[in-house]
Amino acid sequence: MNFGFTEEQSLLRDQVERFIKEACPMPKVREIAASESRFDSALWQQIADLGWLGLTIPEAHGGLGLKWIDLTVVLEAAAEGLCPLPIASQALASAAVLTCGNDKQKSDWLPAMASGSAICTIGLYDEANWIDPKAITAEAHASEDGYVLKGTKPFVNDAAAADYLLLAVNGPDGLALAAVAKDNVKITHQPTMDTTKPMASVNLDGVTISADFLLPMSEEQLAFLTDCGAVATTAEMVGAGAAILEMTSSYAKERIQFGKPIGQYQGVKHRLADMYVDLESYRSLSYYAAWSVDDDVAGLAKAVSLAKGYASDAFAQIGIDGVGLHGAIGFTAEYDAQLYLKRSKWARPMYGDSDYHMDRIATLGGL
Amino acid sequence: MDFDYTASEQSFREEVRSFISDNLPPKKERDKNFLANWLEKVRAKGWVGFAWPKEFGGSEGGLIEQTILREEMALAKAPPLGTSMMGLAWVGPGIMQYGTEEQKRKFIPDILDSKVTWCTGYSEPNHGSDLAAIQCKAELKGDHYLVNGQKIWTTGAPWSQWIILLTRTKFDVESKHDGITCFLVPMDAPGVEVRPIQNMAGDKHFAEIFFTDVQVPVENRLGAEGEGWNVTVSALANERSSIGEVTQMFEKLENLKELVKTTSKQGQPASNDPKVRRTIARFEMKVAAMKFNGLRYLTKQIKGEPLTSETSVNKLHRASLEIEIDDFAVQLMGQAGLQLRGGESAVDGGTWSKSALNWPNVVIGGGTPNIQRNIIAERLLGQPKD
Repeated sequence: MNFGFTEEQSLLRDQVERFIKEACPMPKVREIAASESRFDSALWQQIADLGWLGLTIPEAHGGLGLKWIDLTVVLEAAAEGLCPLPIASQALASAAVLTCGNDKQKSDWLPAMASGSAICTIGLYDEANWIDPKAITAEAHASEDGYVLKGTKPFVNDAAAADYLLLAVNGPDGLALAAVAKDNVKITHQPTMDTTKPMASVNLDGVTISADFLLPMSEEQLAFLTDCGAVATTAEMVGAGAAILEMTSSYAKERIQFGKPIGQYQGVKHRLADMYVDLESYRSLSYYAAWSVDDDVAGLAKAVSLAKGYASDAFAQIGIDGVGLHGAIGFTAEYDAQLYLKRSKWARPMYGDSDYHMDRIATLGGL
Repeated sequence: MDFDYTASEQSFREEVRSFISDNLPPKKERDKNFLANWLEKVRAKGWVGFAWPKEFGGSEGGLIEQTILREEMALAKAPPLGTSMMGLAWVGPGIMQYGTEEQKRKFIPDILDSKVTWCTGYSEPNHGSDLAAIQCKAELKGDHYLVNGQKIWTTGAPWSQWIILLTRTKFDVESKHDGITCFLVPMDAPGVEVRPIQNMAGDKHFAEIFFTDVQVPVENRLGAEGEGWNVTVSALANERSSIGEVTQMFEKLENLKELVKTTSKQGQPASNDPKVRRTIARFEMKVAAMKFNGLRYLTKQIKGEPLTSETSVNKLHRASLEIEIDDFAVQLMGQAGLQLRGGESAVDGGTWSKSALNWPNVVIGGGTPNIQRNIIAERLLGQPKD
């Protein structure tokens, strides 16, 4: 019985936090988000060298063979500084290959994913706010030397930065993931509130792939990957939530109004306390969900829905209160608090909003 | 991170389970001697004061075993391990830490043997949340103190034999935390008058207590004169773990789901109503958060790091759940939900309506939600004090 982190995991957390502070501080985050590529290959190479991209990839395929709980340490710590690099997308693409790929695909692709030389992402659903196999409408049809694809995948995270995209389609034999190279598809950037999480639509009409670039995917595998996506998102919500709480709490100690620090007023300090209660609570649920990915697959759906169901609305409120308690300065573009509020908006619907997850909790709980 | 138990922890769990199955008959089959027998047996097992040092009659049980014991007892809806609840929770630990040898000999065995029930004399008419501002006065008069003053909202006072009493021995102090002194006082001492107060649920659990020239021997002082605040704080720090509580909350949630399945709303099964389903899911998220927060805190304790004010997080969850679950159940049942115990259309014997009126026991006792928020903001986030 031990619901805590190992010494290695704590060291990893320290390493990520230190690296992010030094190599990717907020001015750098803003610079990357404002650049045309919305990506930074030098920084990507550095984190690849640190091993963060191969954490959950088996050693036989060039990774470190660790677990999702280790990955969430990195995602959480990187999200404290809103690091805009596609670490989560890379991890989800690796999970997709590990879950749906055959031995050859694993040995061909995973080493390049672990080393960061292939930047990858996934796109599952084609409808906004609908988590269901029926929400996948893109198609793959058999052709002479493989498959020809049809449809548009909207809202694909980090699509513009990726070299390869694993996109859910309906194939001749059911659901599948089509692996496409970015040069073969039309990618259109979709500007959103959160510039640190670039999103794009991917047009697949007429794109052809060879037969071994289509990975069959069962509904259970789709559900598993969706749950992994929710775990990754929630881990980032923990880090980003902690950062804006810290920022707001520090501000409340320094900002003097009516002759006192505003943190002395219960109208302020009680909101800070409520932010803390919610953050700590979805933190606990998030760690348990991350542990479940590797160690309790049967309980994963419930664990994920408890975590993401709680975090979705709680982080959104933390974002609002974080900005709100700052007063007008929090509303200012050059101040960082607002970037966290935007992250909370991004995270809220990602891999299921609170209604989706609460409905699932009710169903899994026998209602 | 792992959620497995060692072989010896697992075998302890088996031991608890088999004890329960051997010694806990169904409610209907329990005779009038049942409780006394049960208390004797759990005492013989060393499960009363399970974590207490052996020299005082405890078992020095580890944190995980303690958790397992509470969890299994809560699951089985077993009677408490000892009836001196406050005695076990903080009076006993307070005496072990601050008491004289004579006090330890005199009071500890009776607490463990469920012979004596204790109540806690903290709140006063003018000082509840602002506990350190108490005014109940104790003056040293040779070999005894003379106590005059009033306590109120004292839970268990109508049936307790002893009270742990917080008084002020010095009024001219720089900090209100100074000059406070703690006493162990028999409730039948001359000059102690208990007037039970009926609460809104109709129960008389708490009371006001008047102290008029009550003579308390010096040997009944707990800790040094003026040290009472430290005694109180360390006693409150001896907080129970929330694990047993969480088990009860999960139990309550299951009862609520059963209620939902058998209730209709606007002619439709309530279990089909999205709002009903999501409300229950929201309760479940909070109870699960309590569980996993509790496990994180337990892990911290196992690693030897002291808990500070983190437990206020779960107290806030508990407080809101305590209010919201019963309130939701009563509302769900419409007019039937209003029926009290004994009413012919009372659902589940009126338990929901009863506890919908009893939430202040948990929500206000031990520090109101706003006090918990102050604790979190000031001690965990470093905000300036009010």
